[in-house]
Amino acid sequence: MIFLRTLIIILLLQFKANALIEVDITRGNLTPLPIAVSPLSSSTNSIDEFKRILKIEDVGSEISLVVENNLRQSGLFNPLQKDAFLQKPDIAHLKPRFEDWKLIKAQALITGKVEIIDEKLRVEFRLWDVLAAKEMLAIAFTTVPTNWRRVGHIITDKVYERLTGEKGYFDTRIIYVAEEGPKTKRIKKLAIMDQDGANTKYLTLGNELVLTPRFNPTNQMVTYLSYFRNLPRVYLLDIETGVQEVVGDFPGMTFAPRFSPDGKKIIMSFASDGNSDIYTMDLENRIVERITNHPSIDTSPSYSPDGKYICFNSDRSGYQQIYVMKSNGSSVKRISFGKGLYGTPVWSPRGDLIAFTKLHKGKFYIGVMRTDGSGERLLTENYYQEAPSWSPNGRVLVFYRETKTDSKGEGFSAKLWSIDLTGYNERQVPTKTDASDPSWSSLLSN
Amino acid sequence: MIATLSLPFLAKKPIDLPPIVSIELIQITDKTNIPFAPKAKKIIEKVKKEKERVVSEQAPPKKVKKEKPESVPLPDKEIEKIEEIEEKKQNPEKIDTEVKQVSEFEKKELFDPNNIAALIDKSKEDLAETTEKTNKVTQSQDRNVEVNKLTLSEEDALKAQIFGCWSIPLGLPYNENLLVRIKLKLKPDGSVIKSEILDHARMNKPGQGFYKVLAESALRAIRLCQPLRVPSTGYERWKDLQLNFDAREMLEG
Repeated sequence: MIFLRTLIIILLLQFKANALIEVDITRGNLTPLPIAVSPLSSSTNSIDEFKRILKIEDVGSEISLVVENNLRQSGLFNPLQKDAFLQKPDIAHLKPRFEDWKLIKAQALITGKVEIIDEKLRVEFRLWDVLAAKEMLAIAFTTVPTNWRRVGHIITDKVYERLTGEKGYFDTRIIYVAEEGPKTKRIKKLAIMDQDGANTKYLTLGNELVLTPRFNPTNQMVTYLSYFRNLPRVYLLDIETGVQEVVGDFPGMTFAPRFSPDGKKIIMSFASDGNSDIYTMDLENRIVERITNHPSIDTSPSYSPDGKYICFNSDRSGYQQIYVMKSNGSSVKRISFGKGLYGTPVWSPRGDLIAFTKLHKGKFYIGVMRTDGSGERLLTENYYQEAPSWSPNGRVLVFYRETKTDSKGEGFSAKLWSIDLTGYNERQVPTKTDASDPSWSSLLSN
Repeated sequence: MIATLSLPFLAKKPIDLPPIVSIELIQITDKTNIPFAPKAKKIIEKVKKEKERVVSEQAPPKKVKKEKPESVPLPDKEIEKIEEIEEKKQNPEKIDTEVKQVSEFEKKELFDPNNIAALIDKSKEDLAETTEKTNKVTQSQDRNVEVNKLTLSEEDALKAQIFGCWSIPLGLPYNENLLVRIKLKLKPDGSVIKSEILDHARMNKPGQGFYKVLAESALRAIRLCQPLRVPSTGYERWKDLQLNFDAREMLEG
């Protein structure tokens, strides 16, 4: 018996002595991943066709620039200078010399080719892991030639998803209110553009005030508020077809109509009997349902992605704060308790966070908090900024920021900005005019 | 008997990422062309020309007849795999064992003089703990146990090197169990002879996309860092090494 015990002890000790050494790696760097985006190669015939159809010299290079710009804007990638590339694009697409790409510190490589076949644009691209000398992704697209920019966005989405693990947000659009003219006499038009600021189109003429456009999360429908004979009117607009309809006229002080996650309802706030509360309207039967009934001012409702909850802001505690309730209006719970005023809460498409605008000591902040109010993080601070809207993957927020008017009443501007959840990647979104009230669409493809 | 038991009986064949990637063909519908926008432009021009005329009270443009979208099939219906990649040679299954490029991170010594005291203190604590645990075993047994782990400074040097090489994919969820364990076989100079993801089966399971992304980023970090900053002596001790990559702390912010 003693012998057996001794043997077991010896064996255990020996096993421990030969146990594998383990090292826990719990930290890494957040520097952007170096990536080489090789220009997409084309045959001579295709180049002639591009010139004829698109009036563009080298659409392959243009697509690669769209991809490169998207990746850089994301803040997660560092596209390397093309001057440093040692391998020609057509050869690299067939067989990359990985040593060459390692030399310039690339960790990933995008190659591709583009051609015109039967008047259709065919784009093929591959994503390579340079360090592993391995192909990670290969996709080909066919589409009408005028869609070449969208191809660039879709390539970025695929690369982003493969390398980060989450869906991209590049093949999307932003609808906003385009503003022109002096501050006291602004002309406001509804405008839409690609998320990178290209392809701007104006959807209204600017004769009437338009406010708060919001995308339907399930399709390319938009709802917005406009004034007709000084009465707020809620519109529905189909971006694909241009068909527009009036949802209804509502009493004064109607605010921010927004779709439910299934796109079947609109939720908004308006004043009735001198009291501002939250209402929903079923788009099929146009039945309006009251959700909150409180003597305070309840506004800016936004559904959770599963449709079970609504966040909104209310001054029922004496100051404007953020509240969460069930979608039928029950179980109202205050979630913001910080100093200052909180407004425009928007539930993330991922469901984990609520973005908001905060006003504290004369400064405006865009921030996020968990849905129970914990983990509040202020991402950016400025003189005046508000109305955050989530990218479809819940990683980036777009909002608008106004500059101060100087003593002569000049210098005012309103621009769109984006910031990601790290708070470090803040960028201005290019727009042709001043802009406010942005709303980010869902992905056009997938 | 002891020699038999000390064999690495848990060793598995090294497995690496699946090499074959087929091309996926996607047709893109023509969503970029907003049909009513040119019409709106025309209307704007018309309005400019006829300044004196009364403009409709309603701000938005008139209803436009629903136009049929261009007859391009939906993307989902058109997805088909058309070919496999032509050269499997480009996708070697073996990890490149010949890479000897010295990482730039290796050159930078991450040494913080302010932390010396902390290291000494920790070493003392650690030693005390070990002594307490093993005070009933013989001296030779004690030496065996001590030998089979890295000292704090050795471990810190290795960690610091890999921290610099590991680009954490920021899109990963912070609240999921995403621990990637990689077993390495090393050369005396710290170069990697082979690397093996211990939970490799999880890589290709449906719904484990995040795990795959994390595992690939960890492998990239190892390849970028090699030769690893290993101790100059005691090769037998660390020739087999396991790195556990866990990004939760970073992702939680």
